[in-house]
Formats: sequence, structure tokens, C-alpha cells
Amino acid sequence: MFGTGLLKGLGVTLKHTLETFSDDRSKVPDRYRDSIELGNNRRIINQPIDQEGLLTIQYPEEKRQLPEHFRYIPMLIWDTDKNEDRCTACGICAKVCPPQCIWIVRDSDANGKPVTRPAEFYIDAAVCMSCSFCVEFCPFDAIKMNHDYELAVFDRYPQLVYDMEELTVPLEYYAALWPTQYGEEQEKRRKDEEEKKAQEEAKARAAEAKAAAAAAAPAASSGEGKLSKAEELKRKAQERAAAKAAANSDTDSGTSVAAASSGDADADAKKARMEELKRIAQERARQRKAEAGE
Amino acid sequence: MSATLVAEAPEQTGTLADRLPGGILGTTSDDTEKAYLVAADSIMDTLTYLRDTEGYDFLSNLTCVDYQGYNGKQRKGISERFDVVYHLYSTKKGGGPVVLHVPVPSNDTVPSATAVFPGANLQEREVYDLYGIKFEGHPNLRRILLWDGFNGHPMRKDWKEAYFDEDTKPFRSRHPKGSYEFHEDKLPWGKNTTYPAGWDPDSWEAPVAYVPVSQAPKHLNEAHLDTESIVVNLGPHHPSTHGVFRMLTRIEGETILALEPEMGYLHRNHEKIGERNTYLMNMPFTDRLDYLNSMSNNWGYALAVEKLTGIEVPERAEYIRVIMAEFTRIVNHTWSIGFILNDLGALQTPALYAIEEREMILDLFEEVSGARLMCNYFRFGGVVRDLPAGWLKKAQYLANDRLPRALDELDKMLSENEILMARGRGVGYLPAEALISLSVSGPMIRAAGVAYDIRKAEPYGVYDRFDFDIPTLPNSDIYDRYYIRLLEARQSVRILQQALRDIPGGETNGAPAYASATLSQGFGTIMGGKGGYNLRPPEGEAYGRVEGPKGELGFYISSDGKPNPWRYHVRSPCYINLNALGPMSVGYKLADAVVILGAIDIVLGEVDR
Ligand code: SF4
Ligand code: SF4
Repeated sequence: MFGTGLLKGLGVTLKHTLETFSDDRSKVPDRYRDSIELGNNRRIINQPIDQEGLLTIQYPEEKRQLPEHFRYIPMLIWDTDKNEDRCTACGICAKVCPPQCIWIVRDSDANGKPVTRPAEFYIDAAVCMSCSFCVEFCPFDAIKMNHDYELAVFDRYPQLVYDMEELTVPLEYYAALWPTQYGEEQEKRRKDEEEKKAQEEAKARAAEAKAAAAAAAPAASSGEGKLSKAEELKRKAQERAAAKAAANSDTDSGTSVAAASSGDADADAKKARMEELKRIAQERARQRKAEAGE
Repeated sequence: MSATLVAEAPEQTGTLADRLPGGILGTTSDDTEKAYLVAADSIMDTLTYLRDTEGYDFLSNLTCVDYQGYNGKQRKGISERFDVVYHLYSTKKGGGPVVLHVPVPSNDTVPSATAVFPGANLQEREVYDLYGIKFEGHPNLRRILLWDGFNGHPMRKDWKEAYFDEDTKPFRSRHPKGSYEFHEDKLPWGKNTTYPAGWDPDSWEAPVAYVPVSQAPKHLNEAHLDTESIVVNLGPHHPSTHGVFRMLTRIEGETILALEPEMGYLHRNHEKIGERNTYLMNMPFTDRLDYLNSMSNNWGYALAVEKLTGIEVPERAEYIRVIMAEFTRIVNHTWSIGFILNDLGALQTPALYAIEEREMILDLFEEVSGARLMCNYFRFGGVVRDLPAGWLKKAQYLANDRLPRALDELDKMLSENEILMARGRGVGYLPAEALISLSVSGPMIRAAGVAYDIRKAEPYGVYDRFDFDIPTLPNSDIYDRYYIRLLEARQSVRILQQALRDIPGGETNGAPAYASATLSQGFGTIMGGKGGYNLRPPEGEAYGRVEGPKGELGFYISSDGKPNPWRYHVRSPCYINLNALGPMSVGYKLADAVVILGAIDIVLGEVDR
């Protein structure tokens, strides 16, 4: 009969409507089944895979629970045990980055000899394509993907060009975001360390047998300047992580305001730095033009 | 059906060279895919012969390579700067391609293949646009992706883009003395841009001669009323054009007399970027082609590079690849069904019901790859990482329980709907032979009764292990194009059920699960030397193709042994299927054209590249 197909289709729609209605009337609607309540209407929602009906997450009050492997913008790891940046400025991440949005300035000691730590480290978050190659290929586990996706700012420059301060997070922050992978890495590290120790012992025995006077371990004492800078970086990273954690987990608006204002001060300082960089870049561009013109 | 045929193909080639009319100038090295060098003046005979006598009826890929500055063995003794490259397949026999290279000096012309294969139309226009090769006898040879006043041909090796940094990545300015440079300082109106000689923006007019729209009859002869046909422009900002895409139509009343697609609004020269990237860097860029199906795109590219380098993929990774690709197909097909209905005026309800399960699938993608759309999950020789704990359980629940139910519901809701029938039956008809000669692939030709599916015709991965059918429908109209997608999604569910059941290693990480992973997991075993990001395939070329949800997705890669591909070309099914849009729409109503476009199922990220 003409029209039966239509009616059948409408039946499906009606079924959906009724189901949604009854679900909405129930005490805990389906979509809140596995969610984490933060109070004040704020929730982290973990969509159950067997949930029926359409899913609407009331962002920003409600947010999705992100899987561990979620990738957004990279972050640099501050090794809180060793109290140093894990990054050695080897440059591999800058080489593999497909849109080439990583800039690294390798640090050098007083004699101008390059050392294995970055003096500056920039990632242009507006260019980054979140591919995670830098993370995949970093040999030192020094760069990892952050889960923080709320990056909206009013200006691209300088806010979206992240410098080392903004990129650095303490190891614990990473461990909390990526528990499984962190565990695997720690396991691997432990094993490597043991192996290395075993090898070193063997080597030491060989050396003893030779009784050769191998030079003492190279003096790796770091200058005052580095220490204070490192301290500074670490403090800032921890502050930021704390502010982030506070903003994520509680509803006290006081802390977030404080965090925001301190963020402003940071932004100003950074702006000045970026202005300086920009000036230098412009200078260079002018020089290039002048050279090309002649 | 095809296992034997695939094996036969190489044997045939030895004699094929002698049989070709006009003969061949030579062959390229036989390390990888063998290609015949054919002189420009005998190419038409060769194509006709291959189509009519040898059964190679499908001109899959037509592109060009610029060999200026090429230092490999391959070009010894060849002085011509360009090669126009043809890949022909047989939809009847299946199996591998016949590859033809036609050497062309710069500024020379090549006979247009459109006389033999009308499907060469858009591809030749693209080659003309990006390389400046002229095709003699082409019905409508003008720029297609770039605007008509563009100076130069950007795929030529000596063309430098604005923001030019270096010829190849990685750029030296990033490390160890990284210097952040603002792109504002390198804006194109600096020294980076050139304009055509004598170009004056005020007096300049686009040299547009829309064919066939401008040539269509101005009046419908049979009409006894004195009516006048008019040109109506749909797009580029129009919700029914699925993105920034333009349809120029000449209509008489509401009937379409001629229609021509206009594209390129989203063009970013993906292929030029691809030539400057290293092989690995291209992987996340392929995500951004057809952004609904990043997993299939990844596979197509990985396949081509693996073919070129001879990398083996562990079995578990092959299964994971199949699982991802079939989930992607379901995502794409339900999406496409929803939007065909949207275009028919059933606003949002069917579309939202159709893409409900998509959310679940994207959740799964996100869990394993870290992103919902831009998955970047495949690597040469495997996938990034193994499936996380509990993933298979969820996937099995979807494949065994939820997806069949959802597809049934969709079927029940839509398939017998009288409005869908009235709007879809008999609309947008084009016979199968016409579609094949227009190089159309994928669900479009299967809805015209051609059982051609690369998963069966030239199996890749482990597709030969699964039991599935290639559904076909006879009518080649909108309704069949809608329904074929539902049938194909059901077959995908079937493959998924088998793959999820048979995956070696099961839930646990069976070793060796993957070839590439992070360093701490033992990365670097297969991708070869220097941490793998520095992959250098041997000199040669390869064409890897997969049955993407939208049709044949091919990647043509040519290597000179350096870390960056010499040539990187994407055979985009969306783009090439648009060959059929004009012929398919003529004679139907303007409102039908919207649905005809919807049923081709395009994504502009891939059309414009
Ligand atoms: S983040 Fe890793 S790869 Fe990048 S420079 Fe530092 S140590 Fe090297
Ligand atoms: S995620 Fe990718 S694009 Fe972003 S900084 Fe890392 S390598 Fe570059």
C-alpha cells in the first residue's frame, strides 16, 4: 500500500522519541551513567558504548573523558627526580615535525661550546598539526602530548607561540595524564639502568685489570646561572600545573581568577620577549631585502 | 576470482611490449613497477589498443612528473623534462596495472586521452594547471584548481611558493640555532610573488569560457513557448554543495541543459607539500585529504611506500588495518546516506540517526590513535601502537550487536520510503560503460551493476582471507547509490566480525604486533636506520591503491633515493568521480542536481587537495 514505507519510517522516529523521553525522565539518564560528578552541574562524561539515543554533552559544564592516547599540543617534561629538563636539544623532534613548527636554540657554556640542553624551545601551536611525531621519535622521552585542548586566545602572536616556560610540565603531570605509557616507560628505564650498571661494572672490572688511570668522570657541575634558571622554570611549571589542576577540579572561582591574573603577567613578559624576537626577525628580513635589492 | 590473474599479469607484460602498436621507446627499471615509455604521437593508438584489445578499460590515474634536476639512473639517456604517466586497469580481469610514460619536452603538447577515455578530462586539466603541459584536443583545457590569473605552474620543480624556506624538509633554520620567524615577515607581496608580465588587476578579466555551459543550446527546441535558458550558479558557499564547491548550470525552466563543476577553493597544493616532506611526514597530511576517512587514506599511502621499499607488515598489524579500514567505511557510508537524505530535504533527522554509531566508532579511533578524525595511525610496516586493553571487546560489541541493529533500523526507516523512491528512482542515470569510461570508481559503479572492488580485484592486506561479497545493484540511479552504501556497510560489518574474531594474539598484545612504535617500545627495527624517520626508498616508482569508501584511492610515488619523494601524487576518487557529475545531471531538474552531487559523495578536502 502506498504510504506504508513512510509509516514504517515514522515508527522508527517515534520509537526514538519515546526512548529519549523515558530516558530523560529517569533519575540518572543514560548519558550520565558512567560520568564523574564534579558538582555544580559539572561533570566528566564517559560515554557508555552501549548507550542508546543521541549524545549531547553540555560543554563547557560537561566534558568528555579523554582516552590516555589523546593528543593535542606537545609539552616538555621536567624530570622532578633529577631536577632538570629531560630535553637534550638533540633536535630530532624539530627534524621530524611535518609542518616544521618547532624551533630550538641549543644552549652553550661559557666558552661557547654547545651543551645538551635547550636555551629556548618554541612550538607554534597555531601550526602544530598534533601528529605526535615529536613524541614518537624523541629518544629521551622528553616531549609528550598534553591533553589540554582549551587554547583559545585573542591574538595568535605571541600567545599561540609557546615558549619553553609554557611548554614545560613536571613529570608528575605527565604521569597523571598518561598512566599506562608512563608505567611502561619507567619499567623500561629501570631495566636499561640495570643493564647499564651491569655493563659499567664489567667495564670497571676490565679497567681495574688494566689498572689504567681512566680519567675521572667529566666535571658536570652546572653553573649558577643554569641552576637558577632551572629552578625558575620548575617553579613556574609547578605553579601552572597547580593552577590547571585547580581550575579543573574545583569550583572555587578565587583560585582561577588568581591564576588568570598571574597568567596575564606572564603573557606580558612573554609579549615583550616576542616583540624583541619579532624586531630581530624584521631586521633580518630587511637585511635580506636590501641584499637582494642590490 | 583474481588470485590467478594477479599472478599472470607480470608474465603478460613481456609480450605486451611487442604487441603495442607503434611500439615502445623502452621500459623503466624493473626494480619496482615496470612502466613502458611511449612516444607522444603513438599514445592514442596505444590507449585505444589497450582498451579495445587487451581489456584495460579503466584509466585510473593520469598525472605528470617533472624530472628537472633528477639525478637518478632512471633518466639516463632521456632528455625530455616531463613524463605524462598513465595507469590503466581492467575492471573485468582485475589484477595489476599497465603503466605508460610519455616523455614530453617542456612547452610541448600531448594528444588528449579524452577521445578514448573521457575520464581523462579533469585529470588532464589538473596536469595542465599544475605543470603547464597542453593536451591537444581536450574539450575544455583551462585551469581547474588555481585561478585563471595565476602565474606559473606550481608543481614544476623550479617554482617556489610564498613563504619559501628550503626545497626540502627538515629546514635548517629550526635547530640548533632555531630562529622563530613570523610568517607576516614573509608575506607574498614581498619578494615572493611574481605576476604575469603586463598584469594589471584593474583591466584584467578572467579568460573564462565555460564549456559546456557556454555552448549549450540557448533554447529547448521542442518547447512551443518562447522561453530562454539561463545560467544559474550554485555555490561556492552553499549548504547543498558539501563544502566550497561551485556548480555552474544552464537551465531551461527547471531542467538542466548543461552543468559544470568548479573547484579549487580549498586547494593547498598537497602534492607540492608532499614533495618537500620526508616520506614519514606525509602520513599526517594524508589524514587531511578526505577527513572523514583518515584511516583509509593512511593505508593507501602506507601501501604505496611499502610497495616501493618492500617492507613487510606483521600479521596482527594487517588485521588491525582491516578493522580500521572497515570501521571507516561504515562511518563514511552511514554519513553519506544521512547526507543524501539531507539533500533530498529530509533535514537532519535521518542524518543524525545515521551518524549516531559514528560517534562510537570515533571513540574507538580516538582511544587507539589519539584523535577522532586526524588519526595518523598507520606507519610503514605496521601501525603506531597496539590496541589498548579492552578495545577489542568494545569493537566486538559494535560489530556483532550494535552496528547490525543500527543498519537494520536505517534500512527500515528509509529504504521503503515512498518519497525517497519518488525522488531517487531513475534520477541521475548513467550506464555502466559510461561510468567506467569516465574513470568513476567505488560505490558509484557498483550501483550500476559492475562488481569491481579492489579488495577482490587486486587484494591488498589480508582481504583475501575474509568471506564477503561485492554487492551490486542494476539501476545506476540515486536510489541505488543510496542503497548500495547500506549493503556495503553490511558487508563491512561481516568483514569486521571475522577480523575481530580471527585477529592473531587476540586481546593480548601478541608479539610482534607492530613494526613501529615509540623508541621505548623498540622502535626502529623495520623502518630502517637512523630512527626510521629518515626512510630512503630505493630509486623507482610505485602506485599503491586501496578501495577507499569513496572509490579507488591511489598514491603514486616516485623516488630518486633521497629522503623526500621526487613525486607524490594522490589519485583522489572524489575528484575523479566528479567527471560524471555533468553528464549525470543533464536532463534532470535543478533540485535533482543537488542530490546527484550528494550521491557521488565528495569531500572537498580531497577534491581540491
Ligand atoms: S624534545 Fe626530545 S627530540 Fe626534541 S630536542 Fe629535546 S630531547 Fe631531542
Ligand atoms: S605534534 Fe607534530 S606538528 Fe606538533 S610539534 Fe609535534 S611533530 Fe610538530
